[in-house]
Amino acid sequence: MPTAVDSPAAEVVVANGKRAGAVRARRDESLTGWAFAAPFAVLFVLFLVVPAGYGLYLSFTGETLTGANSDLVGFANYAEALGDPDMWRSFGNTVWFTVLSTIPLVVLSLAFALLVNLGLPGRWLWRLSFFLPYLLASTVVVLFWAWMYNPKLGLFNGVLAEFGIAPIAWLQNPNVAMISVVLTTLWWTIGFNFLLYLAALQNIPEQQFEAAAIDGAGKWRQLFSIVIPQLAPTTALILTLQVLASLKVFDQIYMLTNGGPAGSTRPIVQYIYEAGFTGYRFGYSSAISYLFFAIIVAISIAQYKLINRRSAQ
Amino acid sequence: MSTYTLSRGLQRNKAAYRRGHKPGENPWSVSRMVALLILAFLAGTWLVPFAWAILTSLKSEADAGASTLSLSPPDGFSLDAYRKVLSAGDIPLWAWNSLLTSVLITVITVATSALAGYAFSRISFHGRRWLYAAIIAAIIIPPQLLIVPLFRQMLAFDLVDTYWGIILPQAFAPAMVLILKRFFDQIPVELEDAARVDGAHRLRVFWSIVLPLSRPILAAVAIFVFIGAWNNFLWPFIVTTDADLMTLPVGLQTVKSAYGLQYAQNMASAILAALPLVVVFLFFQRQIIKGIATTGFGGQ
Repeated sequence: MPTAVDSPAAEVVVANGKRAGAVRARRDESLTGWAFAAPFAVLFVLFLVVPAGYGLYLSFTGETLTGANSDLVGFANYAEALGDPDMWRSFGNTVWFTVLSTIPLVVLSLAFALLVNLGLPGRWLWRLSFFLPYLLASTVVVLFWAWMYNPKLGLFNGVLAEFGIAPIAWLQNPNVAMISVVLTTLWWTIGFNFLLYLAALQNIPEQQFEAAAIDGAGKWRQLFSIVIPQLAPTTALILTLQVLASLKVFDQIYMLTNGGPAGSTRPIVQYIYEAGFTGYRFGYSSAISYLFFAIIVAISIAQYKLINRRSAQ
Repeated sequence: MSTYTLSRGLQRNKAAYRRGHKPGENPWSVSRMVALLILAFLAGTWLVPFAWAILTSLKSEADAGASTLSLSPPDGFSLDAYRKVLSAGDIPLWAWNSLLTSVLITVITVATSALAGYAFSRISFHGRRWLYAAIIAAIIIPPQLLIVPLFRQMLAFDLVDTYWGIILPQAFAPAMVLILKRFFDQIPVELEDAARVDGAHRLRVFWSIVLPLSRPILAAVAIFVFIGAWNNFLWPFIVTTDADLMTLPVGLQTVKSAYGLQYAQNMASAILAALPLVVVFLFFQRQIIKGIATTGFGGQ
């Protein structure tokens, strides 16, 4: 900033005074910044950074409830986890659940959003119907669905009986239980992806459709050559969020099947919970948490690279 | 109000047009009717669990546990199950616990996220970069993985079986800080500069200029945090063993195991637990839908 000064000497004095003022201003600014960030930073450090660090430390100890063997044990917990068939089975269940749930949760939510976006009458009702379950607590969802899955009195087997079909052990048959869990999850959480797609659909510029219509492109052609490519960034976002959400599955499985029958639906988060809170092996539980976290990071990086490469093309 | 209806009307026209359905075209064409039927079938399917739960909750226990598909149970329909569930005393208490903890979590999260988001957006302070990097990194950490160390920490702080034990670990949200920072970035700095020249302190500027401009995004963040807190199961389940301190989802889970065979009462309590958020949604429908569209993050 140019300032009116008469002599070179005065210029130096003013410049020095300015610099001291600037330093003070910057220090004040810094203090103000920290004052604004502090309430969040304190909670963030106390309830995320500290437990994350403490968990990492625990994973290298033999810590149990009684604290009897809290010595450092090196990588023993990690080695044990990698050789634990139940850990691998739970991890496999989580991956299987993620695959089974992500595909319909992305494809069907797109289909629902496309249908609702047609501009048919009763728009608010369709939107409400698909989104409503998302507002329910997992406990409520499970109360509804466990009752419908009830082998003798449930709605599903009642309807099957009307058609003369033998009852299905929805939650008791190891071959069916995971499908039942996925159905419940689909009903419960599709509303979120559906709304993201619906919002994205409304942002597609109209001119593209006019141009396509002039070129004689039919509706199906428009869907595949305009709508779906335009939705690619939304699909990438939904896919990323959905995979992360599915990998964390716990509530509905724990309450519907308790991981059963015979561990056929137990997800990794339930295994971590059981190792910590029913087996009281805090060190071991923490080690599995960190192994799983490493996998989540790897999947996130892979997804990020895949999506970036696609959009670069 | 009139601009609202107008824009709604425009939106509907836009949607109809988008499909290639020209203004002169028959809106009741065969393909549209087929689409409508499919939509009605799907929406109906999605409402079945609600309908079945409500139906069961209105039956007597004997009827609920006897005839499966009966739409005209011998004992008729009544609100007995609701009366029993409410008079048993625990559900109103758990609902109060849920409300108290969810409101406090929401207030603390929104306040701290807005302040921090503003600092990241406008103020250059020492360590800003690394704190910001830490927050971004934290978004990918699933809270489920921290249950063991966090629980031990709560034991050490003597916060197990307390309201603060439920609230504090849920009372911050790195994703929300980012969302708010991005929003504040878009507010023109000139609006604040004028006030700052007059010597107004940062907090004053933030309070009287920035916050009023941010009402919609603050509402969206608040609604999300509230839904997430109201519905959260795992953490309150771990940190409470005292039935008097349980939140609604945790309490219901324990009752379910205790009275496994009273189907009508089970459904009545589930409906009662679902009701508050459904009502909230009906009131804030537009904000919630807009919020999901603009933030892309949710309770999940």
